[in-house]
Amino acid sequence: MRSTERRRNLRALAAGLAFASPWLIGFAIFTAYPICASLYYSFTRYDTLSTPHWVGLQNYMRLLTEDELFWKSLRNTLFTVAFGLPASLVAGLALALLLNMKLRGMALYRTVFYIPSIVPTVASAVLWMWLLNPQIGLINRLLALAGVQGPGWLTDPAWAKPALILMGLWGVGGSMIIYLAGLQDVPRELYEAAEIDGAGGVAKFRHVTIPMLSPVIFFNLVMGLIGTFQYFTQVYVMTQGGPQDATLFYALHLFNRAFTDLQFGYASAMAWILFAITVLATALVFRTSARWVYYPGEMRQ
Amino acid sequence: MRSPRWKILAGHLALLALSVAALLPFLWMLGTSLKADVEVFSPRLQLFPARPVWENYPRALAYIPFARYALNTLFIAALSAVGVTLASSLVAYSFSRLKWPGRDAVFFLLLSTLMLPAQVTMLPVFVVFKTLGWVGTFRPLIVPAFFGSAFFIFLLRQFFMTIPQELSDAARMDGASELDIWRRVMLPLSRPALTTVALFTFMGAWNDFLGPLMYLNDDTMYTLSLGLQQFVTQHGAQWNLLMAASVVMTLPIILLWFLGQRTFVQGVTLTGVKG
Repeated sequence: MRSTERRRNLRALAAGLAFASPWLIGFAIFTAYPICASLYYSFTRYDTLSTPHWVGLQNYMRLLTEDELFWKSLRNTLFTVAFGLPASLVAGLALALLLNMKLRGMALYRTVFYIPSIVPTVASAVLWMWLLNPQIGLINRLLALAGVQGPGWLTDPAWAKPALILMGLWGVGGSMIIYLAGLQDVPRELYEAAEIDGAGGVAKFRHVTIPMLSPVIFFNLVMGLIGTFQYFTQVYVMTQGGPQDATLFYALHLFNRAFTDLQFGYASAMAWILFAITVLATALVFRTSARWVYYPGEMRQ
Repeated sequence: MRSPRWKILAGHLALLALSVAALLPFLWMLGTSLKADVEVFSPRLQLFPARPVWENYPRALAYIPFARYALNTLFIAALSAVGVTLASSLVAYSFSRLKWPGRDAVFFLLLSTLMLPAQVTMLPVFVVFKTLGWVGTFRPLIVPAFFGSAFFIFLLRQFFMTIPQELSDAARMDGASELDIWRRVMLPLSRPALTTVALFTFMGAWNDFLGPLMYLNDDTMYTLSLGLQQFVTQHGAQWNLLMAASVVMTLPIILLWFLGQRTFVQGVTLTGVKG
């Protein structure tokens, strides 16, 4: 009796593992092994041509004490986290609220706002280089119509990061769609109940919409955080980190160290520091989330 | 419970104004792609030229081996879409329909990989492919797809959970194997979700820049992303041709999006995957 049960259990395990095997093998090759290897590389000098040479903590020491560009790229990235991320979170939510109204032609509006975020990254980067061109770009020409002399955008260290943030707002459609899905899940009864209690538009937004939407805001915040730390393609195509390293972001600096200078060990140490920062930032968000994220399925204390 | 008229009007006005802001860059791209070389730099603000220069398109496509890059991109994107859909649905079947010891722990492991920054694994994976002698071939851009993608495994699992268990039980009574059930019951019933996965993987591979940048070094094997970037450094001043090339690269994606839109919305609504 017991042995047939065990046989059945074993058969279930075999079937389960067999179906899951593509991911299990992929996980071993593309995640588990690379994590161990990357940690090892980060303590070595390694150019991928000869074997890694153990140097202990030297890469980390050099990063933290000698590499000016490391700190610069970190500051640039944190600037985007501090200003670009909140701007796009708010813009995405505002757009989703507009698109959640009951209006004629809404399907068309939704498509219009989603399209910018499906444009290939390189194509939109090239397009924005053109739009932001100081002399002949559309943006400065429109500003000129209003009598404003536009800045040099990507050629001016003070304006390059704001220009990239502006460009990011154009592609806010991705998070907008997720907000929209969340908004459509808010039960109508809650709004009706709030109205009976005499709540106006602002009160309904503050006490119904925001709490009900908080899991979605949280999701977009975490995804945005991880994405911003890895921001790469746009700057690689548009500025290569310039002017005066104003757009040298962390991921670009890491890529240059690895594939231009062939310092794989050094770049691996950078990747681990990025990993630590990402985990730390995410943990911080998770920590505070207990206070503002509300899950309908869960009782609150 | 209809909204008051002023609210409707204000809503339309706001949305129209924002639509202009969202579409203007595209129109500027389209307009520039049709301008003559001198018109590009003309100080007059003009969206579309009076006389469109259609020859910009053949000229742009001749500047770089465009057709070859498009075929390379199509090849990589199509195989990736097939690979990810096939593998992810198999794995999702295991996580949703098969009960095995340790399953939930392994599924949690899968979800946690979504948090890992790509940079941590990027360099060792590059070394693996270099050791295999695959750098400079399409293989590093295609083969990983056949191991599935954590995000899409998660999405398909959510979808499979909504398919009634009775259907698989009935098939099992008829002597169907688990592989039969996956192929004959689950796959046909989850077409919207599978299409969503295939569509997104295809678009992701079509748009990918970092992967081709790392692994392709022979410029006859370049993808459109790399080709367009080449354009920036080589022919940066030829804005009209560059815009024409961008239009051609973007068009298939927008077309695909329009064709798949309904299925995609259905897929997302039914799976309830939205955070």
